[in-house]
Amino acid sequence: MKDFVRLFNQLDQTTKTNKKVAVLKSYFDTATDMDKLWTIAILSHRRPKRSVRTALLREWAAAEANLPLWLFEESYHIVGDLAETIALVHPNLESKNDKSLTEWIQFIIDLKPLSDEDQKEKVRWAWNQLDERERFVFNKLLTGGWRVGLSQKLMTRALAQHAEVEENTLTHRLMGDWRAETSDYHDLVEATNVADQLSKPYPFYLAYALEGEPREIGSPEEWLAERKWDGIRGQIIIRDGELFVWSRGEELVTDKFPEFQDLTEALPNGTVLDGEIIPFKNGKPLSFSTMQTRISRKNVSKAILKSAPIVMIAYDILELNGEDLREKPQVERRKLLEQLLQNHPTEKLLISELVDFSNWNDLVKERLKSRENNVEGLMLKRKDSTYKIGRKKGDWWKWKVDPLTIDAVMIYAMRGHGRRANLYTDYTFAVWDDEKLVPFAKAYSGLTDKEINRVDAFVKKNTVDKFGPVRSVKAELVFEIAFEGIAKSSRHKSGVALRFPRIHRWREDKPAAEANTMDDLNKILAEFG
Amino acid sequence: MLSPLLQFTEKGIYCKRANVYIDPWKPVDYAIITHAHADHSRWGNKFYLSHHLSKPIIQHRLGQDISIESMEYGETRTINGVKFSFHPAGHIIGSAQVRVEYKGEVWVASGDYKLEDDGFCAPFEPIKCNVFITECTFGLPVFKWKPQEEVFAAINAWWRQNKADGKATVLTGYSLGKAQRILQGVDPSIGKIYTHGAIEKTNEVIRNMGVKLNDTIYVTPEIQKKEYEGSLIIAPPAALGTSWQKKFPPFEVGIASGWMNMRGPRRRQSVDRGFVLSDHADFESLNMAINATGCEKVIVTHGYTNIFSKWLNENGIDSQVESTEFEGELAEVGQGKGEKESE
Ligand SMILES: [Zn+2]
Ligand SMILES: [Zn+2]
Repeated sequence: MKDFVRLFNQLDQTTKTNKKVAVLKSYFDTATDMDKLWTIAILSHRRPKRSVRTALLREWAAAEANLPLWLFEESYHIVGDLAETIALVHPNLESKNDKSLTEWIQFIIDLKPLSDEDQKEKVRWAWNQLDERERFVFNKLLTGGWRVGLSQKLMTRALAQHAEVEENTLTHRLMGDWRAETSDYHDLVEATNVADQLSKPYPFYLAYALEGEPREIGSPEEWLAERKWDGIRGQIIIRDGELFVWSRGEELVTDKFPEFQDLTEALPNGTVLDGEIIPFKNGKPLSFSTMQTRISRKNVSKAILKSAPIVMIAYDILELNGEDLREKPQVERRKLLEQLLQNHPTEKLLISELVDFSNWNDLVKERLKSRENNVEGLMLKRKDSTYKIGRKKGDWWKWKVDPLTIDAVMIYAMRGHGRRANLYTDYTFAVWDDEKLVPFAKAYSGLTDKEINRVDAFVKKNTVDKFGPVRSVKAELVFEIAFEGIAKSSRHKSGVALRFPRIHRWREDKPAAEANTMDDLNKILAEFG
Repeated sequence: MLSPLLQFTEKGIYCKRANVYIDPWKPVDYAIITHAHADHSRWGNKFYLSHHLSKPIIQHRLGQDISIESMEYGETRTINGVKFSFHPAGHIIGSAQVRVEYKGEVWVASGDYKLEDDGFCAPFEPIKCNVFITECTFGLPVFKWKPQEEVFAAINAWWRQNKADGKATVLTGYSLGKAQRILQGVDPSIGKIYTHGAIEKTNEVIRNMGVKLNDTIYVTPEIQKKEYEGSLIIAPPAALGTSWQKKFPPFEVGIASGWMNMRGPRRRQSVDRGFVLSDHADFESLNMAINATGCEKVIVTHGYTNIFSKWLNENGIDSQVESTEFEGELAEVGQGKGEKESE
């Protein structure tokens, strides 16, 4: 595993993408096929399932380091990463082992069926074989949730250079439902005729946010406009009589949407559609929170199928009769999509209607109606554009409606995790209800590093009380909180739940007394909830 | 009731009997200073007492016109029956623990300290006492320092590699303390060593005291880009990302700080390399230092105070937390208030 640990350190030590790709390529150049396969799997979030409970790991690590459990837990809280905390507190500093990455992963897979006692013995043995960095990597393999700081895209680029395969082709090959345990490096990466290509989705084309005015992107005749639906971006694949539904996070979510099963009958084989999956009832979209409750459930119950039925609002077609259409211009794909849905009507698929406009001003007005239409804003697509891979500027723009905002007082602060372990970065905000401050939202993004440092200093100097990791602070700082939506909630003290709350800006000009009130928040709820 | 020999007031650590303060954070008449870092030796005191090697640095920072006297390690000054003396703290040049004795009772205010002998400043000496006042900037078991030879071997290897790649190497650390430790710790045969103005001025003060430092070149606008190639440039953290670095050829940046022990802060800095090098004690050293004093009681001042104090109490060492306005190595990772331990 030494070469993999070295790779990890090198990736961790540089912020430059070219260098990352170069070190990964040179790792691939010397690694065995099995190690390469596992590296690809790890870097594309296909680790083996966790085989040991983390509560046990914490206990064992504290014991190994001769620390009381509470001190280990406090350290973990500050470091923000269990694998790292264990690696750091463990006394062994010497590397005594030459197992390969694949062998260590097999070691971890083999832990799964063992009793707690046997697992403990094996894990303790492993910790004692490894130096700090190796132990960290081993723990990461053991516990998961690993952000290596290298996108799948860069990994694919490095692998493409190593294997001398075209990058887009490789991106497609690496998608889908393969697992390192049951795959072969050659079949996955190098072979041109892979047997099981059935489930493979196309990489999604992602839009950039339009920050300025639409006139900056050209003249209106060159563009199509659609509404930006608020659901889950998905790809529906019908091949060989089988259905596959992929989410943008490259997750196979077919089981979450049994409603789509009928599409195997309705659509011809060799069809791939791109669109937004949304809850839809009585001819109208439902709020996104309905979707969230549905997705968070493990099983889709009959009740949910009834209360939150879904449809796909289709806006693109990527494959028809088995032919890849991505190089065809947008308008042509659109025409094929319209024809397909006309010839094969099904109530599970709606087409994303075009918004009529003759000048940009029409769209400015249309965008303002977004919230009442239950959409997030508008999408602008260049008529002659091809379907690209990943987030590319130029042809697709999302033009979201401005967020709702409210001025709130910060009342609690918590230390951040990971990158910001030694700073107070997570805040709770409140609005006035007479003399009282009622907390209504948590947010931990939106400030610059400099501002965070200043807020952190304020928190440390103005702590009123401490409970565990949380500090209550003097009610003094006012922030403008932006959010995408608002809904009634009985689980929150304030009675409302916000969607995507974040810090819009620091209102240093406003004293706490002038922050907004519960009344203001209820008015927004009445209007947009 | 008799007041304790040292107490924590809103101005600093106060000895009522002698009417003096140790490292006060608000102006007082008589300030005994552990070391010349800005969070321990502040503006506005009427009189300062420090170690010989701290005096010129404090004067350089606070002005030649301040009223200041200095003593050698082990020398004693008695004020109203209370005996004060300095003992090496191993933190930076001139850094001292302050031993306070009255009628056989001994307190030690340790300021900042580390146990490892860095080969440059006088190494830490444990002092027997009844009450020990300690920092715990790195008072968590995740902080474990490697011997400095190992760290400098890594720094040298990185510098050599950068040089081979035709790049300059920029390494940051506090102007006072870390900068000189880096300067004396690296292998000067690899290439030229440049310094940022803030560091060069501190170096000049130190050299004028008769202390030998490796050769350095002050970074000035006249120097041609090409001359920096393959060199090491030592800078305070605040210089990063400013126009100061515009004159350099392609370079790699590293930070030397105890915080680099954690992956989070290391990544947060967006630098190429983080080297774990601290002038503060790590967790094990803090425990060793406390045990070596044989004290009955520990007062914890800055760092992970609540956690560390609880740990001591559980281990049968009576401990309490007092809040102060000292800071650890925060400015080395872009926190703190900019001044602090740096210039
Ligand atoms: Zn200091
Ligand atoms: Zn300090």
